[in-house]
Amino acid sequence: MVTKKNTLMPIKVKKLNFEKGHRKLLTDISCEIKAKGITIILGPNGAGKTLFLKCLHGLISYSTSEVTFANKTLNKSIRKQQSMVFQSPILLRRSVFKNISFALQQRSKIINKEKILKVLKRVDLLNLVNENAIFLSGGEKQRLCLARAIVTLPKVLFLDEATSNLDPYSIQIIEKIIKEVNRKGTKVIAVTHDLLQAKRLADDIIFINKGKISEFTSAKIFFSKPKSREGKLFIAGNLVV
Amino acid sequence: MNIYWDSIFTAINLIVSLDKKLIEVFFLSFKVTIIALFISCFIGLPLGTFLATQRFKGRNLLIGIINSLMSLPPVVVGLFVYINLSRSGPFGWLGILYTPAAMIIAQIVLILPIIAGLTTQIIEDLQENYNDLFVSLVTPKVTTIKAYIIDARYSLITAVLAGLAKGISEVGAVIIVGGNIDHLTRVMTTTITMETSKGELSLALALGIILLITSITINLIVTYKKYNLKDRYYGN
Repeated sequence: MVTKKNTLMPIKVKKLNFEKGHRKLLTDISCEIKAKGITIILGPNGAGKTLFLKCLHGLISYSTSEVTFANKTLNKSIRKQQSMVFQSPILLRRSVFKNISFALQQRSKIINKEKILKVLKRVDLLNLVNENAIFLSGGEKQRLCLARAIVTLPKVLFLDEATSNLDPYSIQIIEKIIKEVNRKGTKVIAVTHDLLQAKRLADDIIFINKGKISEFTSAKIFFSKPKSREGKLFIAGNLVV
Repeated sequence: MNIYWDSIFTAINLIVSLDKKLIEVFFLSFKVTIIALFISCFIGLPLGTFLATQRFKGRNLLIGIINSLMSLPPVVVGLFVYINLSRSGPFGWLGILYTPAAMIIAQIVLILPIIAGLTTQIIEDLQENYNDLFVSLVTPKVTTIKAYIIDARYSLITAVLAGLAKGISEVGAVIIVGGNIDHLTRVMTTTITMETSKGELSLALALGIILLITSITINLIVTYKKYNLKDRYYGN
């Protein structure tokens, strides 16, 4: 398998701050995310993981920082090469097929029917192609969201707790696809609470606590010898915000 | 009670005999309202969706103004349109006062805020759900507005029906700008007003019954179709 060079990498974040009212939700976040592997963002509830992910994808605007992709400031053209799967599935009140075709239309004017059917087969939803998306179960909805995210062949795929509350079958399919797309060159950055999932998927771990990066290291080191005190407490199940 | 029976018989008689006068005012009523409704939907649905989904300075003020316009008194609208279309008014050169065109304009002024205001409320609920997806997909504004209207179509039918009800039942504005001229601008509501003032209560009530039956029938058919399609599509 030939892995294409990811032209959006590396991602550099310089002093990212985010405030809401008088609350500082993200403080001086700086990091460089490399092209290789799957990066997992870990941290307790309310630590700022989702907010950080949304800032990286440009869903939330910020003023005091610079996020660059391959040394280019985040703009519409860069965002068009990214996809995101949200924690709660967001689906249009249309058929499974039309949900995918809508996303595809935003990237190219031609709707490739075969491409849509192929991606639906990958997430095991081919038999529900004409079903209304709101009829689907939680797991099916999230698989459809993943299919919609990958059909555009993104260079960066953001996942915000995409497998929380799903059955093992859906989790298995989603994890398998995440690994596949990553092998083909898509950078995957995912937020999760699930330590076991992080161990299964992660190459790097960004550990966020109270809006700050406590640790950014390889998964191997994080799970065997975490450097930060918060990291140790989190792995032991003793850290709360 | 005789007046009610007389009216019902008169109404039946008018319908069965296909009374020319009745058919004329009936069709003009619907022609004026349907055209006004169509134009109001064409402007009001995208405008309401735009207001619900975009954030800009003065947005809340604009929504407040549209909501206030929803309860505009028809006679005031009639007077406003009359002044603008009269010979000495800024649009007097159009020469459309006392024509169905003037009645359509008056009805648009009345219906448009209802369509736009209700659309804003309906789409705002959907926007909370869809917004992150559209931002993530970098969906162009026009495509976003179209998508909201398509996905909220069953709820928006209620807004359209409210506009239809306002238009078809309206008398104050159309009588001022239309003048209730026989064979030209006489519609159901203005005929009812005229017949009542002449003391022809049976005929007025008969026309009222026909107007009521027509209005209820349209509402029932549209509502039935709306839920039928919604059930078939959404299964609830």
